[in-house]
Amino acid sequence: MQKFTDLKNKADQEYNTLLTKPRIRIGTDISGVAAGSIEISNELSKHISEHNLDITLSHVGGFGLSFAEPLIDIQMPDGSRVFYSNVTVDNVGKIVQNHLINGNPVYDLAFAYSGNLTNTNNTPEFYQLPENKLQKKVLTENFGEIDPTDIYEYIANDGYSALAKALFQMEADNVHKEILDSKLRGRGGAAFPTGVKLGFLKGSEAKEKYILCNCEEGDPGAWNDKAILESDPHRLVEGLILAAIATNASNGIIFIRHGNDIPIDRTKAAIKSAYENGLLGQNILGSEFTFDAEVVLVGESYVAGEETALMEAVEGKRAMPRYKPPFPAAFGVWGHPSNINNIKTIANLPSIISKGSSWFTSIGTETSTGTAILCLSGNINKPGLYEIEMGTTIRSVIEDICDGIPNNKELKLLQTGGPLGGVLNSSKLDTSIDFDSMAKAGAILGSGGIIVADQDVDVIDLTRMLIAFCQFESCGKCFPCRLGNSHLLEILNRICGKTSTESDIELMRKVGTNMQQGSLCGHGQLGFNPIKSALEYFKDDFDLALDTSISVPNVTINIPTRANRY
Amino acid sequence: MEPITNNSDLETQINNAIENNLSGRMTILAALLAVQDDIGYIPQKALEIVSELNTTTVNDVWGVASFYPNFRFDPPTEHTIEICWGPSCHITGAQDIIKSCLTELNLETEGDTNDGFINFKFNTCLAACAQSPVGSVDHKIIGRLNKKKIIDLINNLKSQKK
Repeated sequence: MQKFTDLKNKADQEYNTLLTKPRIRIGTDISGVAAGSIEISNELSKHISEHNLDITLSHVGGFGLSFAEPLIDIQMPDGSRVFYSNVTVDNVGKIVQNHLINGNPVYDLAFAYSGNLTNTNNTPEFYQLPENKLQKKVLTENFGEIDPTDIYEYIANDGYSALAKALFQMEADNVHKEILDSKLRGRGGAAFPTGVKLGFLKGSEAKEKYILCNCEEGDPGAWNDKAILESDPHRLVEGLILAAIATNASNGIIFIRHGNDIPIDRTKAAIKSAYENGLLGQNILGSEFTFDAEVVLVGESYVAGEETALMEAVEGKRAMPRYKPPFPAAFGVWGHPSNINNIKTIANLPSIISKGSSWFTSIGTETSTGTAILCLSGNINKPGLYEIEMGTTIRSVIEDICDGIPNNKELKLLQTGGPLGGVLNSSKLDTSIDFDSMAKAGAILGSGGIIVADQDVDVIDLTRMLIAFCQFESCGKCFPCRLGNSHLLEILNRICGKTSTESDIELMRKVGTNMQQGSLCGHGQLGFNPIKSALEYFKDDFDLALDTSISVPNVTINIPTRANRY
Repeated sequence: MEPITNNSDLETQINNAIENNLSGRMTILAALLAVQDDIGYIPQKALEIVSELNTTTVNDVWGVASFYPNFRFDPPTEHTIEICWGPSCHITGAQDIIKSCLTELNLETEGDTNDGFINFKFNTCLAACAQSPVGSVDHKIIGRLNKKKIIDLINNLKSQKK
């Protein structure tokens, strides 16, 4: 424990020193970078050095407020902060001159403020903005606030205190019991109780046991796994060690899809600094516990998100699912007992251990405890990443947090839980966001992506796009999925091309049933979901499309398919 | 794919790529990713070297290399443009962006331009869905794309051709 106390003291000291200087935070997660935050950061650096200013410029992850990016946040030593949204390179000079040199925030460019400031020219308070106030931040509490590459900032904000508690004040059994009692369920899609899953690995007597953490995240429309790695990677590392304590595991692997350089670099840096500070490796913090962690890159493959396919990819092979049994807890990566969890699941563990399972179960609903990190995109006024309490309605998220649909249009379609999840129509807006209500509505919460489409969307064309995705990403190992998706795409192409026959809907249902019953993994089993749900919620659109007496322009799309790719 | 050559420079380059760039443990996939990152493609020689390093066959390595869209098998173009065709981008106009790219680059589908200067590629998700439509130019992600923005970016690349 002494080692942790020393580390904590050092971290507090570093953090307090940091607060004595003005500080500019700029969001440089993938979303921020896509909006141009690197250009803004370069411009800021130029002005800072031109004027020889003593200012800290921190690359944070992001607040999740994608619509406001590039977003910069200037904090003065008195703690007051002013946030500037949609900053352009041309505005940077003005902000630096007025705010940092003359001490007068530029309120006509400001998005929000916080802290003790007067005459703010009707600028709203940052944390009172609906998009912040209506969130329940558990996993994302450090997002945008701390420098993800600075381990001391994480520790100064109570980071690794759950680890110290688990190592020195709890028995390993109690760490596991606390996770069980929290009723935490897997955030990757299947929503299996995490404590029970960890119990499978805990029961193994093997010396070499693996906790695997899945950030393959191939779901278009979801980026919350990567966001954790970009904004607060130490939370994941700490969660991983806690899962290892609960199961007596020896090794941890975090897989990330190759090409996502920002999450990859930040995770590698976090693991390195955790080793340097005695938080990973031999005798963690001077305890008896030893655990190693590493990052493994996987190639671009959607199916690699399936647990056994991921193990194949880690072993360097094609990402194709294995037959089960044997299950991963008995025979996992390189044959060692293994347990795969989603990143959001593991990142919940530090809060559960430090605040207790009863605190966690007080958040959310009876059967879906805790929060959900949602990724909102598509036709919406405020796209971004928002953490909400389970049980919040979709309507509240879309209307209150995201400020509705642009240009006074009507919402027509929602696509949730990735391409294999279903589509919903506006009659389902009052569905509560929790695992069971979403499943009852015919969709899945899955990875937390919600894509919104307005009245102008062509439902059949979008369904075709979703099936094209499933066809392209089928790994090809089992034929119901490989052939089934190709059949479905062909039929949807002829419906879009107005050359369909009356029996086509029945034919799609038949193919879909075969896929569901005959496929080896979820990719094929759930592959018919987009069509099934579209037929249920948008029957009129299909009727119109199938009516060959009505002529419509033939919409062609340019997309890759497996067949023309190889 | 290029024929097997005894180009010792290439061989050195491949070995260096694997030695310096390998992320984590040696596997077929890790070695191939290291080569792709470093020299921009997987030459036939790399399949042989990776098979030796993993004590397996060239066929086995090819099985992995042909599975993942990460890899290309001939020398890379000067520049790469990727456009996301995922659902968020699709809803916000990706098809128009893709059509503009294909027209500007004189291509029917993904691939290299006739002069071998620019490669155009579809991407299933570039992970910035909230900034859709999204693309990338030389792996730099660019969001909130529209026709004008992408045409300007392409013209800018074209103007760099010597």
